Amino acid sequence: MSSRRSRSRQSGSSGISDDQIIDLVSKLQQLLPEIRNRRSDKVSAAKVLQETCNHIRSLHREVDDLSERLSELLANSDSDQAAVIRNLLMQ
Amino acid sequence: MKNPQRSPTNPGSLRSRFTQVFLQSLLRIRKHNPTSSSSSSHGEFLKRCRRVKVAAYVSMARAVGTRRAWSRATLWRARNGERQRNLLYGRCSKSNSRERSLGKRKRKKKKKKKRDNEEHSFGHAKKLQKLVPGGEAMDFCCLLDETAHYIKCLITQVKVMRSIADFYSL
Repeated sequence: MSSRRSRSRQSGSSGISDDQIIDLVSKLQQLLPEIRNRRSDKVSAAKVLQETCNHIRSLHREVDDLSERLSELLANSDSDQAAVIRNLLMQ
Repeated sequence: MKNPQRSPTNPGSLRSRFTQVFLQSLLRIRKHNPTSSSSSSHGEFLKRCRRVKVAAYVSMARAVGTRRAWSRATLWRARNGERQRNLLYGRCSKSNSRERSLGKRKRKKKKKKKRDNEEHSFGHAKKLQKLVPGGEAMDFCCLLDETAHYIKCLITQVKVMRSIADFYSL
């Protein structure tokens, strides 16, 4: 929904409004684990972007570690179809 | 239209869609790469590792569909990765340098338009562009929007991968 809103605004105006950017940056801020608890407006956009980059990098690292773990388990396990279905149902 | 991403019990939710696609990919990887009981080489392990990692990102992009720029970029990269790599080996780095110069031209245009109070943010935005798939072709607004969605999906992906790993290591 918000993406549609920002897109329509962009097609109307020539540039990007400050409000839009503040809106999007605060949305990113909510996703960050450290800054979310502070809830202050003093956090600058640059800081939010920096923390976002760090957060994405740490998530990538976690995916790397987990895929290592999974590929090891894949090699060692004799799991059958039933286990897979059970896992699916547990979601 | 309601966003079904938050409810895990919803069968059509992002989390269950990703889990399904990813588990299917894992089974496929296991089938096509039967490991010998004797120690497989480290190289094979790394290859399988990379396959699992790529499968994770592609499965998430598939679960998201094509309505997001970052998922489209991931799927496109996965489909054309082989072709790009062959081009690189065949023509050294001609195609790669062409893509890089295009990106630079786009970025130079954006620099002229930005205002002074946003200059500080744009330095970090460039780093962000490299982290988000397809980010190099996005303007600042789209980049922030796509980043928020990308992070949400990455968090879901990590949670599901962790629960699968925990499940199989029991």
